[in-house]
Amino acid sequence: MRQAIINKNSLLVSAGILIVLACLPLVLPKFYVYVLALIFVTALLAMSLNMVVGHGGMYQFHHGVFYGIGAYTLALMLTKTSLPAWLGFAAAPVCSALAGVLIGLFCVRLTKLYFGMLQISLGSLVWAIAFRWYALTGGDDGIHGVPIPDGIASLIPSYYFILFLLAASLAVMYLILKSPFGNTLRAVRDNPERCEAVGINVRFHQLVAIAIATFFAGLAGTLFVVVEGSVFPDLLFWVLSLEVFIMCLLGGWFTFAGPVLGAAIIVALRTFAGVYTEYWTLILGVILILLIFFLPEGVMGFLEEKFKARTQTTSER
Amino acid sequence: MLLVENVTKSFGDFLAVHEASLRVDKGDLVAVIGPNGAGKTTLFNLICGQLQPDKGRITFKEEDIIALPPHRICRRGIARSFQIANIFPRLSVFRNVQVSVLSQQRKSTILFRPAQTIAVKETRDILDDVGLADKATDVAGSLSHGDQRILEIAIALGNQPELIILDEPTAGMSPEETAGTMALVRRLAEDRGLTILFCEHDMDVVFDVASSIMVMRHGETIIQGSPETVRANAEVQQAYLGGAA
Repeated sequence: MRQAIINKNSLLVSAGILIVLACLPLVLPKFYVYVLALIFVTALLAMSLNMVVGHGGMYQFHHGVFYGIGAYTLALMLTKTSLPAWLGFAAAPVCSALAGVLIGLFCVRLTKLYFGMLQISLGSLVWAIAFRWYALTGGDDGIHGVPIPDGIASLIPSYYFILFLLAASLAVMYLILKSPFGNTLRAVRDNPERCEAVGINVRFHQLVAIAIATFFAGLAGTLFVVVEGSVFPDLLFWVLSLEVFIMCLLGGWFTFAGPVLGAAIIVALRTFAGVYTEYWTLILGVILILLIFFLPEGVMGFLEEKFKARTQTTSER
Repeated sequence: MLLVENVTKSFGDFLAVHEASLRVDKGDLVAVIGPNGAGKTTLFNLICGQLQPDKGRITFKEEDIIALPPHRICRRGIARSFQIANIFPRLSVFRNVQVSVLSQQRKSTILFRPAQTIAVKETRDILDDVGLADKATDVAGSLSHGDQRILEIAIALGNQPELIILDEPTAGMSPEETAGTMALVRRLAEDRGLTILFCEHDMDVVFDVASSIMVMRHGETIIQGSPETVRANAEVQQAYLGGAA
């Protein structure tokens, strides 16, 4: 009756994927390694968002802000202070989480769309600061040539650094989502009123989820700096937040790893279709329309459904 | 145990509950009856904190519980079920009940231990007790209507309440299911030493099960007393039982 926390097959599949990804830089040209690293960074961001959207049922419309805060925090610490780099990597996610809780404190008082609207407004404030405060953030120029620590400054080591942090973060998120907290969070998503009636402090649980999600968003932000060596206000712009939201929907927001798939699809599309036409978002639009009609549970949700129909396990979400 | 005194709640011009009073002693099985729109559900929402009364006093175990949010009232020992099946449709039956057990044990914020190893026995005991054990892994939304109602009660039991409030526990059930559910409620009350406050439309059920009955009309309390007293009351007969009793 009692299953292991992760079943053998998924463990084997994950290990297999990890090994393949670890070997890829040996055979792939540098450009593709770079794209993969970018996909990993975006995947971590999408996964962190899905924690609040897919599992928490909150319309976190402006998640990019916390990605940007993480990236800016690291970039500022590396360029403007002489503190050790690891401190920057530790401080950035914490700053994001603090900002997440601060904004969340206001947002969890509202529900559904109102939550999302308020978040867009408060998030845009943060964007405006980054965009306008030239003295600190470099304004719309951003900060370029961030001195990345030697060990991870070149592409291949940074690839492994990012892959390692992505894998570790996913493992931690998986644990959290299987924990009593994760279960309670899904219960809050499905029926907040009932949760209150069984003694659950709904807002507190939502805030904890936001804190965790924004922490990982901040971590993703630091990894972006590692890849690109620069930051710019677009990281906190709502368009990016929307894109990440779409990744969750596309991959399957009621699944665990769906957002990774969504991130891979969109980043790949932007990179490869973007070469041929600047109107690659048109392709994205068509994909989205098809998605809504044919795969409402997302690509991963669809695959899981197919797979489960054969193995007859419970389809609990 | 629970004392509601002259509680009033209006929505705009509409007086949903007007000077209602209710007394529930430990071990009682108290029924609230009244026609549709009499304010029964509103009264329960006021007790459980989903709504705030405009006037009046509500005390539980001699402590004022007005102005407490629902989750705090629940922690004081009041659990409830809802009139419309109010469950977690995407989660399994087991998880549905586990959510409230975890909440009761204050373990809902544990982050790094797998949930499937925590509060398992308590959850299974409850599922065994209400007869849903064989459906534990089913997705709750796929249960029959009757089973969803039972699950409602099971979720409420997960809180280890002293007082359990059931809002029409048998709504939409067949006569057989109704009898089974009420037998279950009575047995749970005895086995677990629960105090029960419920509302119900089926008068046979009410007069059969309840130890005390409170009658409401237009949001007002007409009378509260033993089934015999209530049955004999002229005003109740005229207002509600249609003189048939």
